[in-house]
Amino acid sequence: MTKIVVTSIGPASSVQDGGRHGAQRYGLTESGAMDRLALAAANTLLGNTPFAASVEIGPFGAAFTAREGAVRVALTGASRSADIAGQPVAFDSSMTIPENATLTLGFAKGGAFSYLAIEGGITGEPMFGSLAVNARAGLGSPYPRPLQAGDELPARAASGAPERRVEPPAATNGPIRVVLGPQDDEFSDEAKKLFLDSEWMISATSDRMGYRLEGPVIKHLHGHNIVSDGTVNGSIQVPGNGAPIVLMMDRGTTGGYPKIATVISPDLRRLAQTPAGTAFRFKAVSVVEAQAEARKYAQLLRSLPDRLRPIENVELNIEALHDANVAGHAVSAVDADTWHHVPPDGQGAGLSGSGRPT
Amino acid sequence: MEATFPPPRLLPSGDSAITVEFSKVIDETANQRVLALDRALSEAAIEGVTEAVPTYRSLLVHYDPCQIDFATLGEKLLALAKRPVPPNGKTRHWRVPVAYGGENGIDLEDVAKALNTTPDEIVARHVAGKYRVAMIGFSPGWSYLSGLDKSLHMPRRQSPRLLTPPGTISIGGVQTGIQCVAAPSGWHLLGRTPVRTYQLHREPIFLLEPGDRVTFYAIDTKTFAEQEKAAENCEIVAELMAS
Repeated sequence: MTKIVVTSIGPASSVQDGGRHGAQRYGLTESGAMDRLALAAANTLLGNTPFAASVEIGPFGAAFTAREGAVRVALTGASRSADIAGQPVAFDSSMTIPENATLTLGFAKGGAFSYLAIEGGITGEPMFGSLAVNARAGLGSPYPRPLQAGDELPARAASGAPERRVEPPAATNGPIRVVLGPQDDEFSDEAKKLFLDSEWMISATSDRMGYRLEGPVIKHLHGHNIVSDGTVNGSIQVPGNGAPIVLMMDRGTTGGYPKIATVISPDLRRLAQTPAGTAFRFKAVSVVEAQAEARKYAQLLRSLPDRLRPIENVELNIEALHDANVAGHAVSAVDADTWHHVPPDGQGAGLSGSGRPT
Repeated sequence: MEATFPPPRLLPSGDSAITVEFSKVIDETANQRVLALDRALSEAAIEGVTEAVPTYRSLLVHYDPCQIDFATLGEKLLALAKRPVPPNGKTRHWRVPVAYGGENGIDLEDVAKALNTTPDEIVARHVAGKYRVAMIGFSPGWSYLSGLDKSLHMPRRQSPRLLTPPGTISIGGVQTGIQCVAAPSGWHLLGRTPVRTYQLHREPIFLLEPGDRVTFYAIDTKTFAEQEKAAENCEIVAELMAS
């Protein structure tokens, strides 16, 4: 049967989809792709449902080989060098890996996670409606654990449909927006101001459960223990040492540290794609504003099919690809110092969490 | 009877969830109100509400901001929370076997020392308790029980353990709990149960519901090993008592 064989892969790479919902009351977290926009774009390029299971590739390199037939795939998310059998290929587009050829990907540049969707979607045995890997709960299919070299992903034989690219939406640079609370009353006004006025960096010890932040110490008013209550993707907990942790897709469903703020859903993917060591800031918005932004984001997700474009020129423009994939001047979505690289209309920022020039 | 409680606080958890907070502390009445709102919300089937997570003191309500906004949902939740708390009529009662002490409960002796008593006495007090599932959270099937004997209240460990075994029965603060999958924990480990509160390929996958009653009984290591095997084969092992 036609398949994709993982010929090499780094840690923090796993099959992810839109996540599993409805069992948080039993302690089962949602999981799912760290960058849902990039996941949806990759799937849309192939005519899959937007949140079909795909390979989420962590910051390190990876290689995939098509066996027993050609396989059509799409690449989105954090850009990196990419080639099929030595021929450079572009991100934010579909492509066909010929039988026995290998798609080789370098390290993520200016982002953290890339997505490799497979035509027809990855198939497996869903649990709670999802194939997403949640290793702690023993869930995920075809493998209930991060991917390893030698793993095989069943695929459908390439349809031969024309390859397409997806027009990137306007870049959304700027600070990561948060709604204060639910436990912002556990912090003094000075502590909240310090949280909002400071520059933060994501610690290298971050993972799909949580992003640990490096910056000033945020002190609690009444100690760091609260009676556990529910968490969401983007909850910002402040544990005893005063170093905030943003809870991500594999978070615990409840937690016992005060939550100073919550990242708004449209900005969570941007935070997820912020590489360790990149400085960024938070900005507080009202619930009303956050919900307006959430609705715009939902509209953006729905608009992806309208953003598909044919690939007119089959001849590869190596220079353009070089710029796109291995540009040394990548910009960060959250690092204001790099924003001047983004064209004023914001186009070309890509579907990765970071902008990149075209 | 009219509910005479103050209304809960509505706290935003970002753009897609509301924390309905009844109390800041562990409080039996608050937990009853949380569970009552959870049931009322489920019956009300409000469009846009996707799931709810009851905890000791609050109900976290996840919703889709494209279908309902914070203010509208908040009002509906406050109206539902005004309803009197129905008496807890139909709760299930589970009897859960525990192998206490030894390698299954490596903290039992230290707990006895800290509380100036014997391991047997700790076990006697723990099995005498009538518990209720106050919430399930953190990791799959991790069931937090209220009703721990006051004489067993003690602070959590100074340094949490990075990994504690599946089935661990432990105490921490004013709580006791049943842990299902291996996980970090700062609680004191008293024993292990063969009962799996979460098991794939078994019906039901999740055994306990918030609000269920739980009591423990002691088993020896031989029985533990036998029941572990049965549990592996998807047997429920815990006894469901008629209530």
